[in-house]
This record gives sequence, C-alpha cells and structure tokens, in this order.
Amino acid sequence: MAEKILTCIGCPMGCELTVNYTEGDADSVVVTGNTCEKGRIYGTNEVISPKRTVTGTVNVVNREGTVVSVKTVPEIPKDMVIPVSEELNNLYVEAPTHIGDVVVRDILGTGSDLLITKNII
Amino acid sequence: MTKDIVIIGGGPAGLAAAVAARDAGAKEILVIERDEILGGILNQCIHNGFGLHTFKEELTGPEYASRFIKQVEERRDGIDTLLKTIVIDVRAEGDTKTVTCMSKEQGIFTVDCKSVILAMGCRERPRGALNIPGLRPAGVYSAGTAQRIVNIEGRLPGKNVVILGSGDIGLIMARRMTLEGAKVHAVLELMPYSGGLKRNIVQCLNDFDIPLRLSTTVIDIGGRERLEYVVTAEVDKNLKPIPGTEEKIECDTLLLSCGLLPENELTEAMGVKINPKTGGAEVDESFETSISGVFSCGNVLHVHDLVDFVSEEAKEAGKRAAAYVLNTVPARSTNEIRLVPGAGVRYTIPVSIRKERLEDLLTIRFRVTDVYKDPEICVYFDDKCIRRQKKKIVAPGEMEQVILRRQDICAEENIKEIKIQLE
Ligand SMILES: Cc1cc2nc3c(=O)[nH]c(=O)nc-3n(C[C@H](O)[C@H](O)[C@H](O)COP(=O)(O)OP(=O)(O)OC[C@H]3O[C@@H](n4cnc5c(N)ncnc54)[C@H](O)[C@@H]3O)c2cc1C
Ligand code: SF4
Repeated sequence: MAEKILTCIGCPMGCELTVNYTEGDADSVVVTGNTCEKGRIYGTNEVISPKRTVTGTVNVVNREGTVVSVKTVPEIPKDMVIPVSEELNNLYVEAPTHIGDVVVRDILGTGSDLLITKNII
Repeated sequence: MTKDIVIIGGGPAGLAAAVAARDAGAKEILVIERDEILGGILNQCIHNGFGLHTFKEELTGPEYASRFIKQVEERRDGIDTLLKTIVIDVRAEGDTKTVTCMSKEQGIFTVDCKSVILAMGCRERPRGALNIPGLRPAGVYSAGTAQRIVNIEGRLPGKNVVILGSGDIGLIMARRMTLEGAKVHAVLELMPYSGGLKRNIVQCLNDFDIPLRLSTTVIDIGGRERLEYVVTAEVDKNLKPIPGTEEKIECDTLLLSCGLLPENELTEAMGVKINPKTGGAEVDESFETSISGVFSCGNVLHVHDLVDFVSEEAKEAGKRAAAYVLNTVPARSTNEIRLVPGAGVRYTIPVSIRKERLEDLLTIRFRVTDVYKDPEICVYFDDKCIRRQKKKIVAPGEMEQVILRRQDICAEENIKEIKIQLE
C-alpha cells in the first residue's frame, strides 16, 4: 500500500486528500479528506493514471526570433511531461502556421498529437 | 474620421465588446490596438485552461483570442480595426468624444465618435513595488515580461530562478521556466496565502516539487552586472521581516509577480471618476463611467483572473454602448441606487444602478478582503437582508458574484443602497 497527500483542484475549497492505494490497481484506491465525489474521482485518477496537457513552443525556421505555441491533444501521462517538453527543442515548423496543424503525430509514443495553437501569417 | 463607437484596446475585452456592439445594431465601430496583432495579453499566455465557461472546452490563450478575432472578421461590415496605433488622449465634450491616436504611418490624427469603450487591459505593478534599495543588476524581470520573452521570442531569461509573488502569472511561469530547463528554487509570497488559483498551485508547483514559501519576502539582492543571489526572510503579522530568518539563495534570475494594475492614465486624464479600490473607473449597471457614453470593461475596469468573465463583461458593455449610440436606452436619471461593499467585501462592480436601465438579471461581481471559511454572502436592500447564501470558502484571489432579479429590486419602493456583506 502506498499513501499520497494531494490537494483537490475541483473547487476553491482545496480539500487535502489522503489517498491510499496499491500501484496500478484502481479498485484498491481509498480517498479520505474529500468533501464531495469530485474529490474522490480526482484523487483516484491522480494516483492511477495522472494526465496533463503539455503546452510549449517550437521554433519557426523562416521567422528569425519567433516561436509558435503548441499543445498535446489529448492529455499525456504525467510522467511524459518532461520528456515531451524536451522533445519540443528538437522540432521546428515553417510559417505560415494555423491553429490545429499537426506538428508530430503520436509524440514519443504517447498516442497524443502535438498541435499548433497560434496563427502566424 | 468619425465613428459611432471607438474601442480602445484589441484584447479579449475590446474584441468581445466590438462583436456585441455590432450584433446589437451599431454600424460604425473602430477597434484601436497598439500592438501589431489583435488578442492582447492572451497571445503570450500559451498555457491552457481558457474558455471553460465560454466555449466549454479548454483552450490556450492564443486559441481563445482567435475565436474572437474570427467573430470580428465575420463582422467586417461594421467593425474596423487599426493596428500599430496607440491612443494618446481622449476628450469628451458634450456628446462628442475625440480620440487622439498616433501611428508610424499616419502620425497624429483624431477620430470623433459618440461613444468610447475603454478596454486597455492592465499592466504589472512596476518593480518599484519591490522595496529593495541599492543595486539593480540584470536578471530581474516582471513575470509577464519573462512570459513574453519565453513564449513569443523563444529565449530563456535565466537558468536559476526565484519568483517573488504567487499570483497566477508567477505560478504559470514557474512551470514554464522549469519545462524549458531552468531550475526554479522557490516561489515566495509575502502574504500568508497565495493569490493564485488552486489549480495553478497544484499543477505548476506541486507537480514539479517547487516549494511555495508563504509569509516570505526578498530583503536583499546581490550581483554586480548580473544577479547572483537573493536574500529571503520570513515576515511577521505586520509583514515586517523577522530577524534571524534570512536565507541566501543563489540565482541568476528573479521574477516579480506582484499583481496587476488597470492601465487608466487615459481614463483619469479625461476626468472619469476612478474607484480607488480597483484602480479602474466607477461604472453603473451598463458599464458606463461617470462620463455619459464612455464605457469600461475587462482588466482596465478591474483585474480579472478568468478571461471568460472578461468576455462576458465586455459583451454587456458593447451592447450597452450600442444602445447608447442608437438612443434605445433611457438617459441616466438622478434616481440611483448605490452598491456598497460591506464587511469582508473589498469592492463591487457596478457601484450604482438605476432601476429603469436594468435588464432582467443584474450580475454584481466583487472581491473579498481575506480568506473566509463557511461565510454567508448576504445582500441587503437598505437595512433589510434579502438573501443569505452559504459558501464553503471565499478568497481574495477568486472573484465572486451574486445575481439579482430586476423584479426583486423594482418591487422595493425607495431603496437607496444595496449592500453585499459577509457574515
Ligand atoms: C501577463 C498576464 C498573464 C495572464 N494570464 C492569464 C491566464 O493565464 N488566464 C486567464 O484567464 N487570464 C490571464 N490574465 C488575465 C488576462 O489579462 C485577462 O484574462 C484578459 O487578457 C484581459 O483582457 P483585456 O482585453 O481586458 O486586456 P488585455 O488582454 O491586456 O488587452 C488590452 C489591449 O489594449 C491595448 N492597449 C492598451 N492601451 C492602449 C492604448 N492606449 N492604445 C491602443 N491600444 C492599447 C493593449 O496593447 C492590449 O492589446 C493574464 C494577464 C496578464 C497581464
Ligand atoms: S473534494 Fe469536493 S469540495 Fe473538496 S476541493 Fe474537491 S471538489 Fe471541492
């Protein structure tokens, strides 16, 4: 059994959750300290398969001193946040860029795509 | 040039106001923006979390802005935009307002109009807010400046970072600098609580094990040309540094996230009454300032933490400005009801209402003075309490609102005052 202390972000209450669980076993999770159901779901997801959206920038090769913003869709596993952020340094695109353009599919095998989030003419 | 409505600022507030004014029937609308693109500060806010209220999905700042830019593009029959043009003066004489602008191409020129919407946004408190005498080495930036350098120019301002102030921009930048390979040693907050959203504390600090030190400030910085270290100290109840708690942190970059100030030089110069609590104009139920036909919305009115509320508010202001130029709204009578912040409430928007100009629902936005657990938000019509609403928690960092019905306000004969108070 492992134990984790988390702050629920479901609402401004910010309940302090204590989550007891066995690694990778959703059925083993016991959340205490939550005031409502939302807190239980949040606590469970956070210990079993926490996910995040990575946002960052990649270079625009034909516009000196300009980067374009990107994001991962859908969210990627939390432990891939740093590797994916580092990978962004190796990528580049050409202007013009359009919101929704795909920079890389299945980035680092996460199953998520890296999409452009800004129009640069 | 003459126009019906001139909107100063092409950020989310200005854009939403323009769209709403057009949809309400105004025809000659001009948005003036000093930057070379529309969208305002959102262009540098590349993280996601925008638009949950408005579009029911999580967007990044530039994506949120693009939705409104598109709406403006679809209304080119009534909305003009002037980019790379800064407004340097606004004069109101009777019904005509004269807006003086400056641009590289056209030099100085004026636009006459019937109505002006102020949507200039806010800027960060200057570094003077950091009361440190002496040296000014390189490496001290406001968090917003650092955000622009990293997210627009793609440069990293430094590798070893301390952040003073735990407002949302500071928190967001702690994560951003970390993901770009910098080491963020700590986020320091003078107050015993953070002014930032919980979600940002969890996802920007806790996720990366960046310590948040409350009741702590910077009392000294050192370094000849480039910053080399900061000295931190804990503070007591009166926010005075406690001797013996000093700690030196080596770093090359200090980001200041000490809050935002509405950008109201133009507003003040034209003689609009300013609310000292918000630093923005005093407005009535129509977002109209003390000068008839001059409206204000967005961060120039009061600092928002959620852009969704900016859009909502600006939409209302745009609609009201259109009604003003189309003459479809009663002029302001002297029969006003004042809105007063009571115990625990710092300010309200609006500060006054007139029954005959109310719509069905009146949204009153306000901020509380402190963190309170289990308060009741109470609404008083003069001395009579007409509503109590329990809340689990309120905090200065999160804007609150109450919605009143016109019929309830109009049912009361002679109310002079509506008070919002915590009990
Ligand atoms: C650095 C920073 C980061 C932020 N991060 C977030 C966030 O993560 N999430 C969130 O929900 N909110 C965030 N906010 C709050 C954000 O400001 C609002 O959500 C929203 O952008 C406010 O819209 P606005 O149109 O009122 O102001 P702005 O976006 O600031 O737009 C004002 C516009 O007016 C223009 N302008 C000003 N003066 C003149 C003049 N004299 N002449 C011509 N043009 C002029 C400016 O160039 C600017 O484009 C942030 C604010 C700042 C300052
Ligand atoms: S558990 Fe419920 S009440 Fe507590 S912070 Fe989460 S959502 Fe809010």
